[in-house]
Amino acid sequence: MGGPIADAPMTAAESVLARAAGVPRVVPGEYVVAEVDAMMMHDIFAADVLGMLQRVGVRRLHDPSRASVVFDHMVPAPSVAAAEHQAAARRLVKRYGIEAFFEVGRGICHQVMVEEGRFRPGDLVVGTDSHSTTYGALGAAGCGIGSSEMAYALATGRLWFKVPETVLVVLEGRLQPMVTAKDLVLYLMREVGSAEAQYRSVEHGGPGVATLGLPERMTVANMGVEMGAKFSLFPAGDVDTMRPGASYAATHTVDLGSLAPQVAVPHHVENVVGVDEVAGVRLDQVFLGSCTNGRLEDLRQAARIMRGRRIASGVRMVVTPASSEVYRQALAEGILSDLVEAGAIVEGPGCGPCFGGHMGLLAPGERCLGTHNRNFRGRMGSPEAEIYLGSPATAAASALAGEITDPRSFAAADEEEAGKEEDVR
Amino acid sequence: MSNPSGDVARLAGRAWLFGADISTDMLSPGQYVHDPPEVRLRHVLESARPEFAGQVRAGDIVVAGPNFGCGSSRESAPQHLKDLGVAAVVADSLARIFARNAIAIGLPALSCPGVSAAVADGDVVDVYIVAGVVTVEQQGSEGSVRRELEADRIPEPMLDVLRHGGIEPLLAALAEAEGNPAQDLD
Ligand code: SF4
Repeated sequence: MGGPIADAPMTAAESVLARAAGVPRVVPGEYVVAEVDAMMMHDIFAADVLGMLQRVGVRRLHDPSRASVVFDHMVPAPSVAAAEHQAAARRLVKRYGIEAFFEVGRGICHQVMVEEGRFRPGDLVVGTDSHSTTYGALGAAGCGIGSSEMAYALATGRLWFKVPETVLVVLEGRLQPMVTAKDLVLYLMREVGSAEAQYRSVEHGGPGVATLGLPERMTVANMGVEMGAKFSLFPAGDVDTMRPGASYAATHTVDLGSLAPQVAVPHHVENVVGVDEVAGVRLDQVFLGSCTNGRLEDLRQAARIMRGRRIASGVRMVVTPASSEVYRQALAEGILSDLVEAGAIVEGPGCGPCFGGHMGLLAPGERCLGTHNRNFRGRMGSPEAEIYLGSPATAAASALAGEITDPRSFAAADEEEAGKEEDVR
Repeated sequence: MSNPSGDVARLAGRAWLFGADISTDMLSPGQYVHDPPEVRLRHVLESARPEFAGQVRAGDIVVAGPNFGCGSSRESAPQHLKDLGVAAVVADSLARIFARNAIAIGLPALSCPGVSAAVADGDVVDVYIVAGVVTVEQQGSEGSVRRELEADRIPEPMLDVLRHGGIEPLLAALAEAEGNPAQDLD
């Protein structure tokens, strides 16, 4: 190579892959073999992956300190089969010397990876879970892989990657009260979507980024995979997004201040409408939780809206804090008692209803609004049920009304509560 | 096995032509996932070409339009093709996860823009996996001509996986090379 193109700055994804592959630069479309900095497995696949290594006679992992195992999907075990599967995985985790093992109750894998600092900005991270894009909130290129590939990565420390093209999302302004990062990512789902983001790295830049905290960035990066994106990156550490001169396959500009609450309607995440278009749809269940929106800030916002009120009769509300740490803090702040007094059921940290595992499945004909990330047919139980996706604020407002409700009708109450909290501090 | 020597440099086979967007649901229909393997294999691609599963022969090559293998991440999609004896998949483009899973289980899969228009059903195609080239004999007015198409090249470590027949046998070979017998673990 040579000339100006060889000197042009790389996008964030290209920089991470070039560094991990030990080459000066990479170009979209090319395959590289890269050192993987961190690897995550959860209870559904850990036994398969480690079992394969055992079967073929791989005695040692390349570097056990890069591996993390989190039990979060079927926890606490809802069946004997799940309990057996987990017992087998525990034995293998021990045998392979994986010290970063997080037991039932610690929390949802992606949240735990962040809380435990299992990777750093600029790292290349893989997980046996598609929402591993979440790590992009901290500037790490994270993506989901299959179990055979995970076995290879654990045994050799390396894996092959195709360098993706990059789509740039420029954020301007700041979100209005009661409009959240979830509404932003649902809006991106509709405006950018898989048509443009498929196989690409979505990178967020612009002045609006600074208005979003880590939990909000995690919500956005988490759902990057729903657009088909390979990575979803925010700037962090030495990782820069929106680099002048880097080559972007497409650029989108979003004025955060102009966004309204959004809702994804059945049965696809890209079917996104403004909340006003579905306001009044009756609900049987509201779900507040998941790796998308089960963090302290999410629970706190819902509690502010629900404090001193009761959820509508005929509606059940299921809350799963994203981790034991979130649970503990929500307990200390009185958030959980606010939610329980309003009529909600607070479950232990984990995936639970998000993927239709247990603790809150739906009957045929039932309708749920959840704060999670997928509303495919059958995701939460019966294929005859309907799933809507929205923000924690929309979930709280809708639980109180028993029907899909624009949370901005509670904006005044929320601001008043927020003001009180400021005073206390 | 279509390439028992482990030589994946060149494969020649009869083409089965498919259109665009052949999904993992068509390759590995969901309603048979709990059936025994021989039942599952009977239904591979039946919604696209019902005769395929019964008539495909060892060494045949699947040629398809864009976005082959789209849908879910199930590893059974490429595995079923391999189990039916398919030697390789060459498509205008491959869905990302399918492409990765195919290599992982040891089925050569190449993305080769324009291949579905250049190949007719039943043509004999040559696939040069390492070089990333696909050739096909075409009958023109001047007699037959050999048409050469360029495919995306598979990088060396993935070729290594293919030479071993997939990640599992590759890791077994690595473990053995290290004098690392399986029973040590138990
Ligand atoms: S909370 Fe839901 S989306 Fe997140 S890891 Fe668990 S099952 Fe997957």
